Amino acid sequence: MHRPIATTRSAAGLPTGRLAIWWVLVTEIFIFGGLLAAYIMHRLAHDAWAGHAEHTNIYAGSFNTLVLLTSSLSAVLAHKAAEEGNGPKAAKLLGLTMLGGVIFVTVKAFEWAGEIQLGYTILTNTFWSFYYTAAGLHACHVIAGVVIMGFVAAAARKGEELQRVELIGIYWHFVDLIWIFLFPLLYIAR
Amino acid sequence: MSELHHPNYVKIWAILCVLLVISVLGPLAEIRILTLITAFGIAIVKAYLVAKNFMHLDVQPRFVLLLLGTSLAFLLLFFAGVAPDVMKAEGTGWRKPSYEYHEIEHPSEKDDEHVSH
Repeated sequence: MHRPIATTRSAAGLPTGRLAIWWVLVTEIFIFGGLLAAYIMHRLAHDAWAGHAEHTNIYAGSFNTLVLLTSSLSAVLAHKAAEEGNGPKAAKLLGLTMLGGVIFVTVKAFEWAGEIQLGYTILTNTFWSFYYTAAGLHACHVIAGVVIMGFVAAAARKGEELQRVELIGIYWHFVDLIWIFLFPLLYIAR
Repeated sequence: MSELHHPNYVKIWAILCVLLVISVLGPLAEIRILTLITAFGIAIVKAYLVAKNFMHLDVQPRFVLLLLGTSLAFLLLFFAGVAPDVMKAEGTGWRKPSYEYHEIEHPSEKDDEHVSH
């Protein structure tokens, strides 16, 4: 069967797949950037928000940051393995990255359950609205990344479509990068 | 697939972890400027390390940098344009009556109060 070879097609000096993922990230910059910019404006205008931030769980936030940083390491090592043509190794490393994503979401679920139990819901005040919206949107991206990574890993195990390992890796690092900014904004700045 | 120079990723990860510890410990001193530096300054350094070494942004074509740079510039423009309206309570000929912040009592305290009555 004849199939188009995306890896060899190039636009603007880079493979079309990679070009597409950078465009996706540009849209993500506007989604998260707009949200964070709005949060920062309100946070700077309302000193009382520092008091609300004291009720977020810094231990859960720190642990999740460590988990995401570690999953980024396995993602980039998977990319390296894919470049070396070692599909099964890339698949294993992507599996570790997926595990990191699952741990992240699980910790977040427990964290949110605790906060909701204490009465801090998305309706409590504007700080908590931002908190649940920003962290929730980010968690959705983590879940989407894990699901897509599952398909990429399955193909990589058979040595197929190895260029996709790099693409999902770039997406995953971006998700990590967003959390790097969400963490101090929601947990540390009190 | 392009051939990349792969740095020592484990070493970069270790640096990121050390920076994470500093960003958590720094604000414990409760000095505002130290909090800003350790929390947000370090976040920028961490983001740079991830973008450069993990996303390999340094070896991407100039086009990609322009793409990302333009989106960030527009984001800054959005911030600059909207911030005065959002952050100020009043200006020349206008005032936001609903702007005053009303402290919302601790939800669990509210529950306790409810139970005690």
